[in-house]
Amino acid sequence: MQLTNRAKKLEKKPMTLAERAYLPAIFQGLSITMRHFFMKKATVRYPEEVRPFAPIFRGLHVLKRDEQGRERCTACGLCAVACPAEAITMVAGERKKGEEGLYREEKYAISYEVNMLRCIFCGLCEEACPKAAVYLQADKIAPPRYERDEFIYGKDRLVEPVSPDERSVRGIQLTPEQADALRNKLAQQV
Amino acid sequence: MIELPALGWQSIVIFVVFALSLLIATYCTYAERVIAAFLQDRVGPDRAGPYGLAQPLADAVKMFTKEEFFPGGANKALFIFGPCLAMITALMSSAVIPFGNSMSFGNNAFFLQGIEVNIGMLWVFGVVSLGVYGVMIGGWASNNKFSLLGAVRAASQNISYELAMGMALIAVLMISGTLSLRDITLQQSVAGEWHFWNIVKQPLGFIIFLVCAFAETNRTPFDLPECETELVGGYHTEYSSMKLGLYLFAEYVNIFVVSAVMSVLYFGGFNFPFQYELRDWLVSNQGWELASAQNLITLLGTVGLFLKIFAFIFFFMWIRWTLPRFRYDQLMRLGWTILIPLAVLNILITGGLILFGVIN
Repeated sequence: MQLTNRAKKLEKKPMTLAERAYLPAIFQGLSITMRHFFMKKATVRYPEEVRPFAPIFRGLHVLKRDEQGRERCTACGLCAVACPAEAITMVAGERKKGEEGLYREEKYAISYEVNMLRCIFCGLCEEACPKAAVYLQADKIAPPRYERDEFIYGKDRLVEPVSPDERSVRGIQLTPEQADALRNKLAQQV
Repeated sequence: MIELPALGWQSIVIFVVFALSLLIATYCTYAERVIAAFLQDRVGPDRAGPYGLAQPLADAVKMFTKEEFFPGGANKALFIFGPCLAMITALMSSAVIPFGNSMSFGNNAFFLQGIEVNIGMLWVFGVVSLGVYGVMIGGWASNNKFSLLGAVRAASQNISYELAMGMALIAVLMISGTLSLRDITLQQSVAGEWHFWNIVKQPLGFIIFLVCAFAETNRTPFDLPECETELVGGYHTEYSSMKLGLYLFAEYVNIFVVSAVMSVLYFGGFNFPFQYELRDWLVSNQGWELASAQNLITLLGTVGLFLKIFAFIFFFMWIRWTLPRFRYDQLMRLGWTILIPLAVLNILITGGLILFGVIN
């Protein structure tokens, strides 16, 4: 039976003297490896050199703040419901008087934990979030750790820092204009 | 001028050669990894020190600090003796290799050579063929089927290829008429004459010798004694720590020695083109003394010999990362039905050429 017309009929010919002497074939092989000796190397020397991430890469989570520096998350739990790996847990709490500068709505997350060992970085939490609070950053990955519990990221490591400079250090992309606007707004509040 | 008694000078040379062969073997492990990487479009070890040059040190520390393991039922004394023998024989064979011509201090002339004997070539062959006992003993003492298989393979492979190697060598000896490596070297370059290296007179013999050298040093494509994919490491399966280190090290020392022997026998040893012209030019045009000009030529010749050796070592590694391993029956067939008849043919051709005065 023939599935394609690419099949080649093989004829078993006796080897010629050159083939039986091995040496021409060996020199051919040597020239191939020598060509590779001078080729560009494929290695990326990781800590010094970092391979660029794709702009749609889904990396480490971040809990965003709004323009006034308040946490956007209202602990509705939709992300936890959407999560196929059940990596997200949270405890909701009520905002007290005087905390209006910290949390945007009356309800907020007292604790918000993502288990990075369970997380499959599918981005469904990002899609589920009605408050545009949780995002997967395009340029940060969960670094290796020695202990398992170090992979459970709490709010201390997830919430975006207040200062725009620190934000850009943590890899959240802000244009210089955006950073300046944010800095001005924060300065006016104080 | 310091007057050294000949024995003192010899022991210094031997010591330097010993240290050099260890150093070269150490950096062969590094070179092997870098060359392998480059041939496979990688960069190789580059973490330890600049360009990874401290990698051999890191490997040595690793080897020394690993657990020393003795398999149950192993013959302990022989188990230790195996790698020792492999290393001792590998180091001993470089004693007779002429690493340079003579140096003269005042009235004394010294050879840059451990021992100048008229049986130099026999010494190298005798000691190198002893090396297989290290592999045999280690493989047998491990009390492991894979090790024993590797050891048996090593023994039969060495015996098969030593025959062809010896016969390729006989053709060289027919031309040179001496077993002394120094005399063989000196014959390959005579002042005032257009003289060729032995490779021109013995191209077929050189190819046979080269193939056999690969088999003798257990290098790919003839590395069946260790054969990681079939025999889990062959004769050194059970070895760990520095005993394994000695086996691996002995392999590189053997490569160094075999490269040196090939350079001496076929590529003119410490001779390099236009050496006499350079010496005469220094004496007549630059006003050098003959002795100091000769000393400079000797040193340049030593550098030249080492360049030849390094080229061969590179070739060994280049081949290793190009060719796949032979099957065992192919290995034996190549040795017995191809190389040995070819070596005999080479002897006949050489004899005929000498008889009719084409080469002398």
